[in-house]
Amino acid sequence: MEILFQQIVSGLATGGIYGSVALALVMIYQATDVVNYAQGEMAMFSTYLAWTMMNAGLPYWVAFFGTLVVSFIGGVLIERIVIRPVERAPILTIVIVCIGLLVILNSVAGWIYSYIQKPFPSPFPPRPIVLGNVVFGAHDIGAIVVTLIVLAFLYAFFRFTTLGLAMRAAAQNPASSRLCGIRVGWMLAIGWGLAAMVGAVAGMMVAPIVFLDPNMMAGILIYAFASATLGGFTSPGGAVIGGLIVGVIENIVGTYVHFIGTELKLTVALALILVVLVFKPSGLFGRAAVHRV
Amino acid sequence: MTARASRIGLLVVLAATVAVPLVVSNFRLFQFTQVAIYAIALLGLNMLTGYNGQISLGHGAFYAVGAYTTAIMIDQWQVPYPLTIIAAGVLCLIVGFLFGIPALRLEGLYLALATFALALAVPQILKYFEHWTGGSQGIVLSKPNPPWGLKISPDLWLYYLTLAILVVLFVLAHNLLAGRTGRAVVAIRDNPIAAGAMGVNTALYKSLTFGVSAAYTGVAGALSALVIAFVAPDAFNVFLSITFLVGIVIGGLASISGAVFGALFVQFVPNWAQDISKAAPWAIYGVFLILFMYVMPRGIAGGLWLILARASRRGTARRA
Repeated sequence: MEILFQQIVSGLATGGIYGSVALALVMIYQATDVVNYAQGEMAMFSTYLAWTMMNAGLPYWVAFFGTLVVSFIGGVLIERIVIRPVERAPILTIVIVCIGLLVILNSVAGWIYSYIQKPFPSPFPPRPIVLGNVVFGAHDIGAIVVTLIVLAFLYAFFRFTTLGLAMRAAAQNPASSRLCGIRVGWMLAIGWGLAAMVGAVAGMMVAPIVFLDPNMMAGILIYAFASATLGGFTSPGGAVIGGLIVGVIENIVGTYVHFIGTELKLTVALALILVVLVFKPSGLFGRAAVHRV
Repeated sequence: MTARASRIGLLVVLAATVAVPLVVSNFRLFQFTQVAIYAIALLGLNMLTGYNGQISLGHGAFYAVGAYTTAIMIDQWQVPYPLTIIAAGVLCLIVGFLFGIPALRLEGLYLALATFALALAVPQILKYFEHWTGGSQGIVLSKPNPPWGLKISPDLWLYYLTLAILVVLFVLAHNLLAGRTGRAVVAIRDNPIAAGAMGVNTALYKSLTFGVSAAYTGVAGALSALVIAFVAPDAFNVFLSITFLVGIVIGGLASISGAVFGALFVQFVPNWAQDISKAAPWAIYGVFLILFMYVMPRGIAGGLWLILARASRRGTARRA
């Protein structure tokens, strides 16, 4: 029983990270109808920036918030420079451009920082927290808390600020929003910036667990896809819940289903994506896509 | 450009490829064999993505199935290698057709997503069935000897064999796409509802296209196993699938000759770029992918076609 409980808790911890990457994917998808294949690599790149700042001697939290600012600017620039010219292009074009972005970020990171794994510090104490017979890693708990803070922050932003309202309006009905004087193009750019920031948080939370290397997000990205698919690509809250569910499923299946173990982890995500897409393509909390013919 | 001129052009290209081994070194010959193999795989992917509009980011999976079919059949059951190439094609046809059925429910982005997940999962799956696939160690094969007592090196024989298969498959693809089937396939891409209303069985055509596309890529995979004489799981990672995507985009979407241009690009450009840095080939791939989407969305083949069409128009105008 304790093992099960422990698995669930550490599942929630990794699930929180999947959830935050999924959240970033969903935010961009909602605002621009683009599934950002480069989301994972953007997060990885942000994490390297944080590492560079810490190596230069900055304290953790200064580097943390510095990275968020730089990531935001980076996200806005990517939208302005790379995505904007193909905004109205067919889906194939957008997918290809995103894949292009993915390989560029991946190889540039490898070029600058090499492919050798680097340790990445955790802001939380290394000492585990013991509750009864169950041991929690402080970093696991910290990661969950940070994810929840990000979620609360985003919720408040979209719900209570004028800018958040304008962004929602721009995503829902660009033409009418433009008539109301909202600069729709810039709203999309800010959406990318925010998504890059959320990704950066996820990257910095996951790096202490998986170590820092240019390919660290590949596995996480596919789990984030699974989370977003499960929660529904149209529902930000669903993405986070989907992430938590996926994290728990991953851990429990890995522990109790022996023929899967840790070796087929990515295949579990693949199966999950296929099952959801075939049986309930809109996900648990999403709206079904309706096309006008 | 008249049909006769393009036919003559094709013959010249064919003669040149047959003569290639006379002038190049062994290593270059190996590279050209690779180009031919890539061209087959790219043609397969192009049928699906370029002509039919179904985005696959996971064609490396079918390449892997083809390669491992050949490797396992030779290694475990000592099957003669020509049979294994056919088996790889047939198996991929079936697997692709079956994968195409759930893919029917997935449009655009979602299909890209599912196939992307497939591409990421392939190396793990291959390692898992260690008993068959040899795990991370892979399977070592020996290169087949030329038949009929021909006194040529195995490498040369494989080059001609690949070339012959390439020509057969290209002719088949051309005939398939130029006729009724091809029009149906393209109509589904351009407007599935209208195609359905015209009496095209969209579900059947889409999954069949998926199957045929997978079969092409599988045959290419089988050939690559023979040429490299080695298969290992990590060669079939997600970047292989992305390489295929790069190939069809650069070569030219929905173009048969585009497969050849794309294959030349993915084979030779990374080699040059490698001199700059180990990571450079992929940075260059990425930049090319995005640039081509902006300025030359129909790839090299489309660009050449445009130039030739303009030149011939100017020619006729002058004559008139």
